[in-house]
Amino acid sequence: MSEEFKIEIVNPDKSFLSKEDVTEVVVPAFEGEMGILRDHISIISFLKPGIITIQAKSGEEKYYVEDGIIEFKNNNLSVLTSSILNLKDIEKNKLQDLVKIAEEEANKTDISDELKYLADQKVETLKSLN
Amino acid sequence: MASLDDLKKRIASVKSTQKITKAMKMVAAAKLRRAQESAEKGRPYSEKMNNIILNLSNGISDKENAPKLLSGSGDDKVHLCVVMTSDRGLCGGFNSNIIKKAKSYFAKLTENGKELKIITVGSKGNDQLKRAYGDKIIANISFKESKHANYFDAEKVGRIVIEKFSAEEFDVCTIFYNQFKNVITQIPQAQQIIPLNVENSEKDKPEDNYEFEPDEDEILSNLLPKNISTQIFKAMLENSASEQGSRMSAMDNATRNAGEMVDKLTIEYNRSRQAAITKELIEIISGAESL
Repeated sequence: MSEEFKIEIVNPDKSFLSKEDVTEVVVPAFEGEMGILRDHISIISFLKPGIITIQAKSGEEKYYVEDGIIEFKNNNLSVLTSSILNLKDIEKNKLQDLVKIAEEEANKTDISDELKYLADQKVETLKSLN
Repeated sequence: MASLDDLKKRIASVKSTQKITKAMKMVAAAKLRRAQESAEKGRPYSEKMNNIILNLSNGISDKENAPKLLSGSGDDKVHLCVVMTSDRGLCGGFNSNIIKKAKSYFAKLTENGKELKIITVGSKGNDQLKRAYGDKIIANISFKESKHANYFDAEKVGRIVIEKFSAEEFDVCTIFYNQFKNVITQIPQAQQIIPLNVENSEKDKPEDNYEFEPDEDEILSNLLPKNISTQIFKAMLENSASEQGSRMSAMDNATRNAGEMVDKLTIEYNRSRQAAITKELIEIISGAESL
């Protein structure tokens, strides 16, 4: 039996990525990292800032996302996100900028706990990339 | 009759106008292709989003406590209308069609004693509405600097709408935009985004047995604000394709009309030139005869 399934990542303005030979995907779901294999139960969840790791026959790819929604159904994984970057494409100084913006956000005092949590996650993830 | 010189000048000026409209038509055609493409590319996102929300709202157990963005504020008094138009003119009936649609909706609201608030997106709509509804306009947003419709702009509008909704400044929100059908036809649309109309998509078979993590309510409250931005973004994409399409056909007509006008003026010019020659000949002949 094959172990592959399909993944599709869509941005609001275009289809970002589409692969058919994926064997495992790890997504930063809101309540913790979640690994998805073939024949996973149908699920809907949303993402916190983190890294999406895609294991495919053709190699491993990593993407940084800030938010998004995932839906898994009939061995089709759809990821809807408005902010996604391929880790290979992020340059050092761009990363530093992102960290700075994220830190500013996290240091705000007038935001709700949930936003604060998300911002902290962002800082953590970005720093781990450094 | 106008003198030969005047006619010549007029022909030259109509010709140069024709050049401009022709160029505008070609620019619009090129932009249209791009806008159409991005409208098509943007479709999967909003479709998937709709699908997920549909599944979620079916899975919600406690309809009473559903997020306000879905169920509404329970009232129907204050209506917010987001009228989306272009920032540039010379695009035929594009802006007027939206405004016409919006105005008839406004009239109905006022008739029924509802309170009206307007947000205009795009300066042309603001120009047309501020005379009659100036006091109702609470915000005017314009994206003149951005070349293409982008999600970032849509999110900005979405955030304003949600902020005002959470501050309980309105109960129902409707957006007005032109739906792109083809180059000649654009259909002005009024779409209600708050509270969300789930019913009309109910026929797409709702699928159950989804697992939700965290639970439905929490996902929904996270998703709905995003959906508003997505809907606005979709409207922006449709609008920009419609704008270019409308401009293209308007400029095509203008070019054709200018061509007709040049033809007519040329005939008139030739006639009066011949008349002048004939007149001169008669003068010469009668002068010779009198000798």
